[in-house]
Amino acid sequence: MRVLVCVKRVPAVAGRITLTEDERAIDTKYVGFQVGPHEECAVEEAVRLVEAHGGEAVVLTLGPAEAIEQLREAMAIGAARAIHLVTGGEEWDAESTAGAIVDAIREDEAANGPFDLVLVGNEAADSGGYQVGVRIGRALGRPTVTGIKALSVADGVARAEQEAAGGRNVFEVRTPAVLAVLEGINLPRYPSVPGRLRAKSKPVATSSPARPAQRLDLRRLVVPVAEAKQAQVLGRGPEAAPAVVELLASVGVL
Amino acid sequence: MATVLVLVTTADGSADKVALQALALGRQLAAGGAVHALVIGDAGVAAGLGAWGATDVHLAQHPALDAPAPDAAARILDDLAGSLGADFVIGPGTEEGNTVLARAAARGGLPFAANCTVVTPGSPVLVTRARWGGSLLEEAAIVAERAVLTVAAHVLEAVETGGSAAVTAFTPQLDDADLAVRVVGRVPAPSGGVSLSDAKVVVSGGRGAGSADGFGPVVELASLLGAAVGCSRAVTIAGWRPHTEQVGQTGTKIAPELYIAAGISGATQHLAGCKGAKRLLAINKDPEAPIMTAADYAVIGDMAEVLPAISAEIRRTRGA
Repeated sequence: MRVLVCVKRVPAVAGRITLTEDERAIDTKYVGFQVGPHEECAVEEAVRLVEAHGGEAVVLTLGPAEAIEQLREAMAIGAARAIHLVTGGEEWDAESTAGAIVDAIREDEAANGPFDLVLVGNEAADSGGYQVGVRIGRALGRPTVTGIKALSVADGVARAEQEAAGGRNVFEVRTPAVLAVLEGINLPRYPSVPGRLRAKSKPVATSSPARPAQRLDLRRLVVPVAEAKQAQVLGRGPEAAPAVVELLASVGVL
Repeated sequence: MATVLVLVTTADGSADKVALQALALGRQLAAGGAVHALVIGDAGVAAGLGAWGATDVHLAQHPALDAPAPDAAARILDDLAGSLGADFVIGPGTEEGNTVLARAAARGGLPFAANCTVVTPGSPVLVTRARWGGSLLEEAAIVAERAVLTVAAHVLEAVETGGSAAVTAFTPQLDDADLAVRVVGRVPAPSGGVSLSDAKVVVSGGRGAGSADGFGPVVELASLLGAAVGCSRAVTIAGWRPHTEQVGQTGTKIAPELYIAAGISGATQHLAGCKGAKRLLAINKDPEAPIMTAADYAVIGDMAEVLPAISAEIRRTRGA
């Protein structure tokens, strides 16, 4: 089985977000970077599928030169090689991102044969566009299922479970297919030290696609003004219990 | 004046709440123009949409649409938008709404803006949309002849106008390819326990629990209150609790009357999931933890001591 998994390098936002001076990006002077949570699980899922069925997991990103770190992480876990679509660091909208990924898939498949599955995160952790997987599937004429919390593949059919009101919806689609997964589909492993060492020598194919005119054109980012709450301190330590119970009674949840 | 088409998704015989919020936005954008609503399958819901601001309701009925089929829904939406010459195509910012609108945009060769909070008509249309689960907002222009977007959940209020609208039922044109992705079965939710997203009270633990065993007092208090158990992402990553209990941007978004967050620092990822809570009680050793800026009430202390004391006090008052 050949599986492509697409990841995005995003800031590891923890506390209050601050912006760059031009208000078009998050100021990352004091934050690290990571693969988005959904995509971290997508990488784990790709590696598990290849462990179970044989074949090759390939990791792809569209991002700045530094995104090689995220590709190496995926290769440390088990991806065999990487495709890096190198940008100048400016953001790409989802439509152009999907377009560049589709071109890269076509090129790779022409040389190495088709991917049975293309895995993506359900939505990017930062931009939250909810569409790259859908656009890839549409362009390649492959069935696409989103919101996936469980996956199994057998005899050229992918069985995917999607969270829905009151339970889960089950989809069965023929491969090749595009699947957009959610965090929780698995618990990603930590890369081992030997895995990290091996990742350093795994091949990375780089190219620099041209950024098309943006049709969802980012003008500016705004940090919403949260009403700064002043928490009412009910007490310190276990002695606060009676005050808490009084609160529970007063809001009618006791 | 603009022509607007709104996809109204349904569940269990009712319109989705967020879809009615989308209809309210559609009415604003139409500015006196036609507000078309598309319903797939459910005639009862279609009949009631005039009261929520629709001026024309389109009811798509097809034997193959008994089970959800997102590409079929997208095709129906895109075809209808084309025949109406819609300026705006709007859907609810839910998992279903986002996937169907994204598919409709891909099909129509159009950009797509998910989870908008503000939409300003013009050329181009300007939107404000939620990033990082709403912790950051993006202002962007939709550079296209038709604006395809979803409305972020629970930002706008649905507006009951008390109007009425004619329902036009039709059989959409669908091919096999539109039905390749289709629900073929259901796995029911495990019975028992309180659903996190609907719970009136949620008790969560974070890294401060220290271990899987450290959740004992969280579970105990939750069961005394008939509450759902939640946790932070740090906890699910550590494998202490299942992901189904994660409250956050990549977990479950909750909206309880009372949220008790114990040993949770309050990372952006977590706050994005509990913004909907009416009241937040934070229990934390650190009075400077970020969660305190979002909390209504606080107890400064170790959750391992505070939670059992609260449970004991509840038992004592109930025994009295």
